This record gives sequence, C-alpha cells and structure tokens, in this order.
Amino acid sequence: MRHIIAVLLENEAGALSRVVGLFAQRNYNIESLTVAPTEDETLSRLTITTEGDDRKVEQIMKHLYKLIEVVKVIDLSETDHVERELMMVKIRAEGAVREEIKRTADIFRGQIIDVSATAYTVQLSGPSGKLDSFLRAIDNATVLEVVRSGVSGIARGEKVLSG
Amino acid sequence: MLIRALQDAGVTCIFGYPGGAALHIYDAIFRQQKVEHILVRHEQAATHMADAYARSTGKPGVVLVTSGPGATNAITGIATAYMDSVPIVVISGQVPSGVIGTDAFQETDMVGISRPVVKHSFLIRDCREIPDVISKAFHIATTGRPGPVVVDVPKDITDPDVTAPYSYSKKVSMRSYNPAVRGNGRQIRKAVVALLDARRPIIYAGGGVVIGNAAEQLTRFAKALGAPVTNTLMGLGGFPGDDRQFVGMLGMHGTYEANMAMHHADVILAVGARFDDRVTNNPAKFCPNATVIHIDVDPASISKIIKADIPIVGQAASVMTDMSKALEVELQKRDAPDPAVLKQWWQQIHAWREAHGLDHDLKPVLDKQILPQLVVQTLFRVTGGDAFVTSDVGQHQMFAAQYYRFAKPRRWINSGGLGTMGFGLPAAMGVQFAHPDAVVACVTGEGSFMMNMQELSTCLQYALPIKIVCLNNQALGMVKQWQDMQYGGRHSQSTYSDSLPDFKTLVEAFGHVGFKVTEGADLEPVMREAFGPKFKNKLVFIDVWVDPDEHVYPMSIRGGSLRDMYLNKITTNQQGDYM
Repeated sequence: MRHIIAVLLENEAGALSRVVGLFAQRNYNIESLTVAPTEDETLSRLTITTEGDDRKVEQIMKHLYKLIEVVKVIDLSETDHVERELMMVKIRAEGAVREEIKRTADIFRGQIIDVSATAYTVQLSGPSGKLDSFLRAIDNATVLEVVRSGVSGIARGEKVLSG
Repeated sequence: MLIRALQDAGVTCIFGYPGGAALHIYDAIFRQQKVEHILVRHEQAATHMADAYARSTGKPGVVLVTSGPGATNAITGIATAYMDSVPIVVISGQVPSGVIGTDAFQETDMVGISRPVVKHSFLIRDCREIPDVISKAFHIATTGRPGPVVVDVPKDITDPDVTAPYSYSKKVSMRSYNPAVRGNGRQIRKAVVALLDARRPIIYAGGGVVIGNAAEQLTRFAKALGAPVTNTLMGLGGFPGDDRQFVGMLGMHGTYEANMAMHHADVILAVGARFDDRVTNNPAKFCPNATVIHIDVDPASISKIIKADIPIVGQAASVMTDMSKALEVELQKRDAPDPAVLKQWWQQIHAWREAHGLDHDLKPVLDKQILPQLVVQTLFRVTGGDAFVTSDVGQHQMFAAQYYRFAKPRRWINSGGLGTMGFGLPAAMGVQFAHPDAVVACVTGEGSFMMNMQELSTCLQYALPIKIVCLNNQALGMVKQWQDMQYGGRHSQSTYSDSLPDFKTLVEAFGHVGFKVTEGADLEPVMREAFGPKFKNKLVFIDVWVDPDEHVYPMSIRGGSLRDMYLNKITTNQQGDYM
C-alpha cells in the first residue's frame, strides 16, 4: 500500500542526507520526496511517499523518529488528508491536436503557462492520480517533457503537525 | 577550546593518533594535564579501546583522529560500537573549512562516510559552537539507546589565534531528542500478569541489560519470578552465569537447554535484546507458542523481527524496577502461581541439560590435542571467574561465551553485532586503562590477533599487563567449520598453517613474555604462571595449539527453528514437540 509520510526536520545542513540515507540503508523505497522550509524557518517539512505493508511503514516511522534531527513524523494516509502534486508538461501542439490539448487542459483545470508556435506547456495540480489521468487523456499528443514536484500533503481539519 | 570542552565533559582519557588536521588540538593537549592522551598504533585500535573503556565502565570513550585516512581507519571501530550500542565520541580533524570539497590533501567527507554507523554526527562550522556541540555529543552518545557520535572539526576551527567566548553547559535540551525512560504502567502490569499466568515462562536478556546498568534489577525480578534466564551473547553477565536459574546463552551456538526452553516457552520476557538473526534462526519458525513481552529503550527494535504482543518502551533498569513492584502488587491480589507448574517446567529443563548440556569439567587427555573448550575452562578456573575477558571473533569467541561463566556485568567484552576481528587486543587495552589493577584476559585466535597486533607496541609504552590466550588452530576456524559443514569440506582460503609466525618470539620482539603450549598437561601450570605474581606487571601471550578440527556446538540448523541444532559432528536435534 502507498503511504504518505510527513516529517518535520531541523533545518540544518546534512539533515536531509540522513533521511535519504536511512531509506537507502534499510532498503526502503522512496517514490517521491518533497522538501522545503516551513513558516518556522528552523524547520523543514518533508513529504515522502513510499510503498509497504503496515509493519514496514511502522518501522520506517520509528527509524525516522530515531534520527536526532527529526522532530515529528506522521503517516498522513492513516488520517483524513489532502494531497497535491504539481506537474508541468511540455506538449507538441501543432495542427488539430493544438486545440484538443487546450480543451483537455481546461477539463482538468490546468493552465497553459507557456506558448510557442509548436508547443504548449501545461501546468496542472492535484492528487497524483489526476495528473496520471491527464497524461493518459492526451496520449495521442507528443509529450516532450514532464516535470512533477512529488506529493505534498496536509491533514484535514484542525489537526496540525508542529514542532 | 575543544580540549577545555572535553575537560568540562568529564573526560580524563582519550585514545588517538595525530596528523595534520588535528595538530592544533594536539598542541592543546600538550599544554594541559587533565586529559591523558593514549597514543595508539592504528586508529581502528583507538576506537576499539575507547569502545571497551566504555563497555567496561559505563562512561563514554573518547577518540581523537586526524582527517582522511585517520578518519576512515576509525570507521570499523565506530561501526563496531554502533552495532553494540556503545557510547563513544569520535573527534576527527578535518581540512580547513575553506578547502572542504576541493579534494584537499587528506580530505574525506567524514560526516558522510560515517553516517550509516553513527547515532549522530556534527560538523563544526564556527569555533563558538564547540562547547555546545561537545555537550550535545556526549548527551546523545550516552542517553537513550547509546551509540557513537562523530564530531568533525575543520582545522581553522581549532586555530589558537581565533578566540571566542566560552561557556559550557552540561544540561542539554533538544526539542527533537527526548528518549524514553519509564515504561508504560498498564503495559507493565499486563506483562506481569502474563508471566504469572505462564506455564513455561523464560527471560531472554540481552546487551541492553548490561549497557543499561539493569543487571541488579533484572536479577531481582527473575529471582522473584523463579523463571529460567537465558542471555544473548551481548547479555552475558547481565544475570549471574553461576546461578541455578541460568540456562546459558541462546541462539546459533547457544546451549541445548536454552534453545529448547525458548522454543517451547509460552511467555518470553525479552529485555534489552533485539531478536538478532543469530538468536532467532528462522523468524517464521521462532518460538511458535510464545506470547512475547519486549522491553527496549529503542522503539525501533520492538516488532522489528518478531512481533511483540506486549511492547514496553523504556530503560531496562527503570522498567525492571517497576516490574518488580508490579509483581509484588499482583501477588498480593491473587494466589501465587502453582509451584508445581514451574517445577514441572524446571524438571523438563534439567532433563534437557542432562541430555545435551555443555560439559564444564573437561580434563586434558594424554596424547590428544588440546580442546579449545578446555582452555577457556582452565582460564575460568585460574582467574576465579572474576577476570575481564575480551575476545575477538570466531570459534574462540563462542567457546569463551559458552564456557566462561560471567557472574558480573561488563566483564565480557566482545564484538557481537558487527563481529569485528581484531577487536580483542585493543579492547583488552581499553579495559586495562579503565581498570589498571584488574585482571584482563584476551581470548583470541591467531587469525583475529594478527589483525591488530601492532598494538603490542602500545602495550609496552603504557606497561599494560594484559594476558592474551590465543587458541591457535592454524586456520580461520569458524570459516573452516562452515566449509566443513556446508561446502563439502573445501577449505577455500581459510588455512595458512605453513606461514604462521612463531608467536612466542613475536611477542618477545615487542618486549613482552611469550609461552607456547602444545600439551594438555602444561596448560594449567603455564596459565597459573602467566596470571601469577611473577608476571603481574607484564603482558603475557600464551600461544595454545588446539585441535584444529574442533567445531563449535550446538549449532543451529539454517532455516530451522531454535530447537533445530547440530549437537556434534554426527547428531542433530530435529524432534517432535514437547508439550
């Protein structure tokens, strides 16, 4: 099962390498990883998506907690949460396909953020599944390049992850 | 400033080796008296010495090395300490901040290279950080589940011309690091009830009992409960080895009765043990009928290999004290468990011991080669069972663990987790530095010994009266045993009998005393002489030529359960259920 783990980490040099190293060292898989400072500049927030059964994810969480610089860990998939991913796709847009890409982007509530004579760059955000569907929906067009940010997540309601 | 911070951290002794990037620090050492520096011959040995210093005292060991090769040489010792949860602080010199990342002379990314084998590491970026980092390093190394901490110090940080205000505080508070102390009261009561309801309980105690100073608390609880106690390799001495309730070590080379009792137990109390693969054998077949209570200071150890039915996170000493109290309370509320039930369990255990227990009364046999087991038994007798014993890794390590019955914690010092050959001699030195008047024996093999024998020179420099007992089987014994048992006796790269040095002359060349023993009848007299008043202040090396074909038994059968064991070269134990 896919899990989304959110981590608050001391914003210190080398701290991220410990998190990444832990996954490599213990043979855990990272599907995606996002990291950026939070409103408290001494803390970074990571969102890691990984695959594994409950026992494996429990071990991952415990080992993350063991890292001295990790302040908080939560498995968002265990709680009601919102997840978002940002994607930018550069698509060959010539002839009839050009109009169709525009329409499809509208349907997915994407925006065309760059236009050239032969290509569109579409920006899209949402759960990873939605981004996958968009790529499937335009599969008769030529995709030149895809950039995805990886998943970020946050719990619904009053619940917060704080140091 | 760094040395001042070490003084303030209470350090009196550091093990190290100088080099370019550490020279400012070395100059500071020269100009003070409080911290004694021990000059080793190889940085790996320095880390093992600090490690054994810590294991034998409970105080953190401190290492100082230079950058580059100094740092990389220390890695094996850091990994050894990490695997066995030993508190050491390793200070490594680094090239000046300005040239980090330029492949400067003797530059290596120490924080990076040590990352998987440290509890934590620091790279100091400003000399003002020194007191705070040193204070945190010792706090992290010694609290919670202890472990090694690396402090990497670029040369410019220790430049004596750069000064900064200094204030050292022993109190450390970190929002991201608050290790558990007390166990959950409800879980503790649940555990006690399970143990009282058990028909076949067993206590499985590991290194956490020794390193967590919980031997006394565990022993008290075990006595009150009356259940059998087994120790892991790391836990030996955590419960008195000569006690009636002790059934020996468990696991791959554990005693028959310990492994059988574990396999058939209905409740297992695991304290400071981590269900290592050398203990469990095949986890899928591990103790099929047991309710598992697991006490550990490290939550990540719980349910890592074997799912715990009653997990308790906390320090062993604190939890065992609370367990004893809960036991008293519980016993007031209910009838004591039927003594006949435990009696029946003990009868079974005694029957197992009668059938295939270890023979602790071997005698030398005329015209037969010396059995390695006999050597350890003789050592036990000659030292009155009261020596500090360090070992290397291999057959001799298992024989020492099986036959030297440790009555006290912190007396048995070996590399259990990483299995580092070359650990024994420097470990014995670390112990001797910490306990100058104690009897320190190193049980080694000729293979392991040759991995760090350069330290014989350090032993002379500091007049360390260590006694080294070498079980010389002219081969890498444990490798050879596996090749005998699993590879059709093809001894690939495990023998070198035609190229061994004469150890007696070798140690004499280093300025020490050497003996060579080939006859069983000579063993005890030579050992008595070596450990006697004549050589009280001398290092003595006893090169005992033992039967090269001897194997360590029992040995668990790969992929099986704990009760599946080879008992000797012809008998295996794969039998039906006892219930």
